[in-house]
Amino acid sequence: MNIVHADPRGVDSGAHFMDGDHAIAEGALAAGCRFFAGYPITPSTETAERFAERAPEVGAMFIQMEDEIASIAALIGAAWGGQKAMTVTSGPGFSLMMENIGLAAMTETPIVLANVQRGGPSTGLPTLTAQQDMFQARFGSHGDYNIIALCPDSPQECFDLTVEAFNLAETYRTPVFIMTDETVGHMHEKVVIPPADHIKVVERNLFTGPKEDFRPYRFDSQGGHPMARAGAGYRFHITGLTHDERGYPVMTAAQNQVVVTHLIEKINGNAECIIRLEEDQVEGAEVLVISYGITSRIAVRAIAEARKKDIKVGALRLITVWPFCERRIRELAGQVRAMVVAEINYGQMVREVERCAAGRCRVISVNHCGGAVHDPAVITQAIEEACR
Amino acid sequence: MNVMTADVPSEDRFAAMLRTERMPHIWCPGCGIGSVVTCFIDAVRRSGVDQDKLAVVSGIGCSGRVAGYVNFDSIHATHGRAIPVATGLKLANPELTVVVISGDGDLISIGGNHFVHAARRNMDLVVICINNFTYGMTGGQVTPTTPGSATASTTPYGNYEYPLTLPFLADACGASYVARWTSLHARNITQSVEEALTRRGFSFIEVITPCTTLYLRRNRLGDGVDALQYYQNNSEILHGIDTRETAIELQGKIAVGKFVDREKPTYLDAVTRCNAKVIGDDYQLYGKTEPEKKSAEAKKTEDQVTAGPVSGGHS
Amino acid sequence: MMSTTEIRFSGFGGQGIIRCALITGKALSLYDDKFATMTQSFGPEARGSACSAQLVVSAQRILYPYITAPAVLMALSQGAYDKYHPEVIPGGTLIVEEDLVKLGDHDPRLQVWRVPATRVAESIGNRLFTNLVALGFFTAVTGVVTAEAMKRALPGLVPGRFLKVNISAFEKGYEHGVQARGAAAP
Repeated sequence: MNIVHADPRGVDSGAHFMDGDHAIAEGALAAGCRFFAGYPITPSTETAERFAERAPEVGAMFIQMEDEIASIAALIGAAWGGQKAMTVTSGPGFSLMMENIGLAAMTETPIVLANVQRGGPSTGLPTLTAQQDMFQARFGSHGDYNIIALCPDSPQECFDLTVEAFNLAETYRTPVFIMTDETVGHMHEKVVIPPADHIKVVERNLFTGPKEDFRPYRFDSQGGHPMARAGAGYRFHITGLTHDERGYPVMTAAQNQVVVTHLIEKINGNAECIIRLEEDQVEGAEVLVISYGITSRIAVRAIAEARKKDIKVGALRLITVWPFCERRIRELAGQVRAMVVAEINYGQMVREVERCAAGRCRVISVNHCGGAVHDPAVITQAIEEACR
Repeated sequence: MNVMTADVPSEDRFAAMLRTERMPHIWCPGCGIGSVVTCFIDAVRRSGVDQDKLAVVSGIGCSGRVAGYVNFDSIHATHGRAIPVATGLKLANPELTVVVISGDGDLISIGGNHFVHAARRNMDLVVICINNFTYGMTGGQVTPTTPGSATASTTPYGNYEYPLTLPFLADACGASYVARWTSLHARNITQSVEEALTRRGFSFIEVITPCTTLYLRRNRLGDGVDALQYYQNNSEILHGIDTRETAIELQGKIAVGKFVDREKPTYLDAVTRCNAKVIGDDYQLYGKTEPEKKSAEAKKTEDQVTAGPVSGGHS
Repeated sequence: MMSTTEIRFSGFGGQGIIRCALITGKALSLYDDKFATMTQSFGPEARGSACSAQLVVSAQRILYPYITAPAVLMALSQGAYDKYHPEVIPGGTLIVEEDLVKLGDHDPRLQVWRVPATRVAESIGNRLFTNLVALGFFTAVTGVVTAEAMKRALPGLVPGRFLKVNISAFEKGYEHGVQARGAAAP
């Protein structure tokens, strides 16, 4: 893995008052992304607009494609053409991209996709916030595979985690999602973009050996196997079919076992390196509030109210949503009386919490469908109920 | 029946451009896809395009397997998405010559929207549509090009839809080069592909081919030889003809030739021209001026971070 | 711990309401060493009749990003005044456009300021500068943000060719605010 400092041409260093959508575009440029293909959709369009505006001065390519399917397909072409590539979308567009997310996972193509979530299903609530696509992010394409998904709670984190998303995509050769939401996407706050030499960027791992030794894949459950850039003479072949290490189709049950195991384990096996959590007063807590994205900022107020009533409440914020922090939840399930899971959907990540808690503590879902953040009082009530 | 008597390249010339370790291929006896592949690699050889700087993208279906048999950088994409994948590849790496080879169902039905917009943008791609009027791999269903009244497994009593005329579609969408041949016209295909490889812009070549196992058999049209006989008797070379006149009826006349060949700026030309207006003459996609390149190289060597956690700066 | 201040800017679409919140948020967080979080209404409602932008200001990192008990309401339209005055906390500040808002039955404990922002803007050439006049007035009477920071925040948020006239609109509004404060002093 080759880590370098960011190319200063893409880094708009300094303090900005910026929304999350714009910060994602700046994070991508800082991370070395020079290819953006996208299609307009509320509430994500501002990212595309920012990238389009900045592209000429950075020497990056921006193309508005004819639809979301074309956008993500173009990313796969661009990645094998040698560029770091990203797109941004919201619910309906995310659904349209699913088939080619599978192609990217199968061909181990590093790409980054931001989903600025809005209320669904279908056209749903185009201008209003939600966290309803969390399971779609993990399981939305057909077949078994794995991905990485990060969940920023502020415009600053939109910048930071977009840089990280590119680094993870290159490190594990996988699609990485930034699962933000309308609230964070459209919220303006101070965003500090560090100088280029303070930003670490993982470079594309390109094969440099003799042509006859080149293999586009190695099914070692590790990830990060070197790729080739089209035009470099390695004459790679990649396909969405089940394939061998040369990339050639091998359509057998045995080979599917090999490929799928690798796709899943390269992320699960490195989960401890990938997962980032933020914990507050978890030691000695009776109740643990688990949340992510904008909801974790709403939960803070609820937790403060509960603490005023002398309830020992801890907070766990999922910065990395996928892979899920299984080990930590198992540990904590043996220490707290209850876990309260707050999210803007009908109850999605709570299923993961229940699975890992495995009955060792109560799990209470404070679910709330799309369109608005929680009323903090509802979360406080759940915390109180959890103590009874 | 071998219709390419005079000009068949020797097997050795083929071998370098094929993944011979993957032979035999999956195509049926009498299928026209192999003929198109032969013409394509012969055209590459003649064009002088560097084998390492050419990439092939295919979609799904029998023709979609071409990408897996040719010895270039190649991507076997999802159904209908060869053109947008190729668009990303070309724009990410403009030094490449990018060729899309796929079928009528893939490029025109499920991928029709991408075809329209790549032609509209004059994206610098060579698109070869192997049109056999059917979905071969899934068992002979009707496609947007199946002639009226032909039967297919999903039009068992005859096709009642209006078919698309591909040269007219490509022309109307803004393609800068449009040609059509049948798989009988080996030398002409080779020549058209060679022209397309050495010119710029969106080049579209339709090749009418027989699907012996499904389309011909179901419609009682004989075998591969009968198909070539039909092409010989019914195709007429009409260079420059109005593309509105190129519709194909069941076993009817087939207008072939080069219909459109016009110069206009490609998508990348247009991007570069627009951005140079904004940024100035030193604008260069992905590029840096020479001194910038040198100082960046020097800085990169200096900056190599040898250890430490990967971080986006989150605290 | 210093408490937070919650501010609502409101009016009708096209008055530059969102811009007011952006300028104030940028001024506070980049030049006044404060934290500021701005949220706004999106969609057709942001373009049509009612328009509102919310700003939370604090000396510390802001976690809860929404306003729940605004201390300051700037209302540049009758609809905005009618809709939002009931939420302002007792003792809070209400700033209204003098010619566009007819005051009604708001809480008498509110400190009310009336600014002829449209007329002042017209006097310097264009009613498009109404928001900057109001913002200057807001800066003077609330003291939430410094005038210096507000002026520094303008580049990039107003078109470059109109920067000077926007600054003078801000200054005119600020002078009105200073005078109003003087007149209100006991």
